[in-house]
Amino acid sequence: MRVPFSWLRELVELPEGTTPEQVAEVLTSLGLKLEVIHGSGVSGNLVVGRVLSAEPETHKNGKTVNWCRVDVGSHNDPADESAGVPASRGIVCGAHNFGPGDLVVAALPGTTLPGDFHIAARKTYGHVSDGMICSTTELGLGGDGGGILVLSGELAEDAEPGDDALRLLGLDDVTIELEVATDRGYALSMRGVARDVAIGFGLAYDDPGSPSSGDRGALRGSTSSRTSGEPSDRSHEFHETSGDDYPVTVSDPDACPVFVTRTVTGFDATAPTPAWLARRIEAAGMRSISLAVDVTNYVMLELGQPIHGYDRAQLQGPIVVRRAEPGEKVTTLDSAVRKLAGGELLITDDSGPIGLAGVMGGETTELSETTTEVVIEAACFDAATIGRTARAQRLPSEASKRFERGVDPRLAPVAADRVAQLLAEHGGGTIEPGRTVVGSAPEPAPIAMPVGLTTRISGLQLSAARVIETLELNGCTVGEPADPLQVTPPTWRPDLAGPYDLVEEVVRVVGYDRIDSVLPDAPAGRGLTAAQRLRRRVGTTLAGAGLVEVKSYPFVGTAVFDAMGVDAEDDRRRMVRLANPLSDAEPFLTTTLLPGLLTALRRNVGRGIDDVALFETAAVFLPGASPQGAPLLAPAQQPTDAEWQQLNDALPAQPLHAAGVLTGRRTGSGWWGTGEAVSWADAVESVRRIADALGVAVGVTAADLAPWHPGRCAAISVDGTTVGHAGELHPQACRALEVPARTVAFEVDLSALLAAAPEGARGPRFSTFPVAKEDVALVVDEAVPASEVREALVAGAGELCESVRLFDVYRAEQIGEGKKSLAFALRFRASDRTLTDKETGAARDAAVASATSAVGAEQR
Amino acid sequence: MPGADYDPVEVTPLKAEEVEAMRDAALAAVAEAADLAALADVRREHTGDRSPLALANREIGALPPQARKEAGKRVGQARGAVNQALAARTTELEAEAEQRMLVEETVDVTLPYDRLPVGARHPLTTIQERMAEVFVAMGWEVAEGPELEAEWLNFDALNTGPDHPARSLSDTFWTEPADHHVVLRTQTSPVQVRSLLDRDLPVYVVAPGRVFRTDELDATHTPVFHQIEGIAVDEGLTMAHLKGTLDHFAKAMFGEGVTTRFRPHFFPFTEPSAEFDLVCFVCRNDEAVRPTCRTCGGEGWIEWGGCGMVNPNVLRAAGVDPDTHSGFAFGMGVERTLMFVADIPDMRDMVEGDVRFTTAFGTEI
Repeated sequence: MRVPFSWLRELVELPEGTTPEQVAEVLTSLGLKLEVIHGSGVSGNLVVGRVLSAEPETHKNGKTVNWCRVDVGSHNDPADESAGVPASRGIVCGAHNFGPGDLVVAALPGTTLPGDFHIAARKTYGHVSDGMICSTTELGLGGDGGGILVLSGELAEDAEPGDDALRLLGLDDVTIELEVATDRGYALSMRGVARDVAIGFGLAYDDPGSPSSGDRGALRGSTSSRTSGEPSDRSHEFHETSGDDYPVTVSDPDACPVFVTRTVTGFDATAPTPAWLARRIEAAGMRSISLAVDVTNYVMLELGQPIHGYDRAQLQGPIVVRRAEPGEKVTTLDSAVRKLAGGELLITDDSGPIGLAGVMGGETTELSETTTEVVIEAACFDAATIGRTARAQRLPSEASKRFERGVDPRLAPVAADRVAQLLAEHGGGTIEPGRTVVGSAPEPAPIAMPVGLTTRISGLQLSAARVIETLELNGCTVGEPADPLQVTPPTWRPDLAGPYDLVEEVVRVVGYDRIDSVLPDAPAGRGLTAAQRLRRRVGTTLAGAGLVEVKSYPFVGTAVFDAMGVDAEDDRRRMVRLANPLSDAEPFLTTTLLPGLLTALRRNVGRGIDDVALFETAAVFLPGASPQGAPLLAPAQQPTDAEWQQLNDALPAQPLHAAGVLTGRRTGSGWWGTGEAVSWADAVESVRRIADALGVAVGVTAADLAPWHPGRCAAISVDGTTVGHAGELHPQACRALEVPARTVAFEVDLSALLAAAPEGARGPRFSTFPVAKEDVALVVDEAVPASEVREALVAGAGELCESVRLFDVYRAEQIGEGKKSLAFALRFRASDRTLTDKETGAARDAAVASATSAVGAEQR
Repeated sequence: MPGADYDPVEVTPLKAEEVEAMRDAALAAVAEAADLAALADVRREHTGDRSPLALANREIGALPPQARKEAGKRVGQARGAVNQALAARTTELEAEAEQRMLVEETVDVTLPYDRLPVGARHPLTTIQERMAEVFVAMGWEVAEGPELEAEWLNFDALNTGPDHPARSLSDTFWTEPADHHVVLRTQTSPVQVRSLLDRDLPVYVVAPGRVFRTDELDATHTPVFHQIEGIAVDEGLTMAHLKGTLDHFAKAMFGEGVTTRFRPHFFPFTEPSAEFDLVCFVCRNDEAVRPTCRTCGGEGWIEWGGCGMVNPNVLRAAGVDPDTHSGFAFGMGVERTLMFVADIPDMRDMVEGDVRFTTAFGTEI
């Protein structure tokens, strides 16, 4: 909401010298937050001038400019009798829509125009131009930029050369822009903002929206005797009414509790909008269009009641307010044909729909230059209905914005009369005596509010009297002092529905800044859970291993699975689909972290970083089996155990995954030599580091799964259950994903690893007797996995064996075609003695024998 | 008797001068040995089996008994002196050799060495940990909840009406089919309700996590972002406790000098509600500088988050009696907080995964 400061000052009598900043601060503390204070952008020496002479001079560049003498009163240079120049200033002007005798606006040196444009005397076209004659565009007043602003009509009436034009044009005004939260619909009007200003400054408030305001003369801007363009006479009389105005039927009173019409006849649609009125609606952020439209907007801004005007000549039969049938169409003012889903609230006549109630009027009955009879509609519509329609039609209009937040249902007759009066006054029409009023404003229900609730919730020590006083300032009516208090909110506060809402109204007036700052005593805690600690550990471990964490979006399409070579039957293609994805190419929630990581890897490589190692830990989304979905339970009611179970069962499984991708070199190259290229083993090692950090033993077996290289893919398992994969990516996948060849990747189900993590470590027991070392070289078929050979050694070595570690793989002619030699270092140690050579030898032989029988290993 | 079988003709008398000459020759050679290799030669030459002193020693036995004692003493002393000199010279030469080696082994330690790769955790991760830790230190628990969440928990349980615009397709990601009522949570607030349903009172929890809204990515928006939310429900909690908690939190994150401000605002799940601001980091709300401050746009304050007293309808949905218990809740954007803490002008940097961004933060923030 944009609040012109001068307008506000008319509605509340602020103490002399009150600044817009002070007002903004008070409003912010009351919940109407300052966004920004807009100045006109014009300051300095802007004055009224009378053009004394304008001599056209054509210059070499083909341009004709006017050399003008302008009388700027007290700002004139003295007359130069000898040259025949009167007291005035000389100004060069390129426009031609003015002439001697015209009153214009001159920006003298020292003036600043919008865009931080500083005016100074300068030499141009052979003269010293001592200022600038301004157009409306240059002054930031809009317009078509067609030429110089020549003062006419009321603006010219009392203007004298040398007068302050800032004031004359309202350019000395500022506009306070406020953010209005959804519960404060009342503040989308000058009426509502002014009330909060009065509350904040402790001033009396004369409500211009009160039905009796006419009697008290609270409405303004409705007089013909005016000086300097500002409305000054506040008196205003309501026209007596007799009988009905235009016939109206409302078929759904819940959706339209009040509908009021008044009619103005003999109206001149071409009459100009008074300058002060146009300026106000423009300052408030709307465009001045025509008198009739401007007046309806002005009253909406003033009171908060959206108004619609119909050309009576175009109306066919009575107005009927009803719900739309599915498939019905209405052509709105923006010439859009809008197809309706059904249930929208329509304004109709015998011709069919003539407006989308509360959102936008229809084209067929639009006010035009030839309109002479205006039917004014001021109605109250159901907030939810209007909100739904505006959203469905993507038509957030000024009207719908207000209805959606709730319009004071008592305003309609006041606002209709107000519009009628302004139209009659400025458009020369006659107000018809009748007034149609269908329905009546619903009475707000009283709210029971415990006297002590405010103190209990806010911590402020407030007496009952203070609570009642602040509620009344907010417009509430408080019944007899009793506990609980019976509080009836005002009609303009439909958001006040319960006692806690009232607490906020009390506290905001008392002041949020008056609330103490007290730390609560939470029960002593136990810190993070084991799973939370371990998750952090995984991140630090991978970062410590030289991987960089990224945060990817979980949105994917099928294309990336195609590129990865994941086949059609793969479970990873079973995904949760979004109804409204950001991109139609990525409508799914991912089941794997690799797409996001590979995108980030590609981006880094594209930015010239050759060696990249990335990881991510995040949830993936696995569609559940629940066919019926999550129940939409009642609000404000605890779910039963069965409902809670059903709700949670309906949610897709969302395990945490940890994944990584590496490319380029794993270690750096430099003067010491060439770094190691990333290999499949780095992927497997990364998984091992995660497992080690969690204290989980994992198994590694050969696997064949896209997007990995079929010969370089390891399945990672915990107790025989596969929890992830690691290895080099398939060359085809690298090409399709546009990542460097030999990129490697790993992905594990971190939730599964966390579940397998032992609870609490137990201190190890170890022997301090001497170790006995035995190396064995075993020849096996190429196809035999090293892990199986090792397992067989471990199984055969017995309990004296402390460790078995593979330290070399050797292939050579003398070993044989299709064979490899695996060298293992075995370490033996007893807990209670030094082992003899005989004991060690026997254990070694048993280990080798076990390997021989298990995998056909032969000792070299 | 010893020496009885010697051949008197072969015996050369061990004269004192001769032994001394042998000794002096050996000592001179030791002193002249320039390095350990030369000294080894000297050792062999003057103390080896064929050295004059060794031979002389061997001859002692051939002397007449009355001469043996004196000769033995003389030769023994000479050999001792030579061995001592050798040992001393060895130590000396070893020290010299090591000294030389140290000089020869000198390297240019300014050579760059960046063989091991440098990893990092994302600052959004580490700042969430830091934020949560402020509360853990006060005894609070860290709570979590699913990102794909039931509509009821994301909206209805949080007192958000059926027609609230936040439920629309233009704000919230919905999953298909729509009648399954499952959304990508738009806020961490569902964790409030889950925490209350899962735990016994009193409850003091914070919930950091990833949330989703249908915004396009730009400098200040991202459709996938993070929030941290806190809720406390206990007997006798008031807005003063809310303020105290957030004041403490602000100081922990931004330093002792930070000033906060509460303003009335609207959220469906709290009543009364407030937004809380931090004094602008740049202009400090100084009237002289404020009007042109780009950081706060001339307001003097920067919005940090939303908060309020838990709406009684939310307490009811979570099985808490609003007449016996009250609570407060608050939440703020993690990205926004990180932008303040680390002076990051563009949110896209947090999203793109450029390693140059992330490694700048190391593993802690």
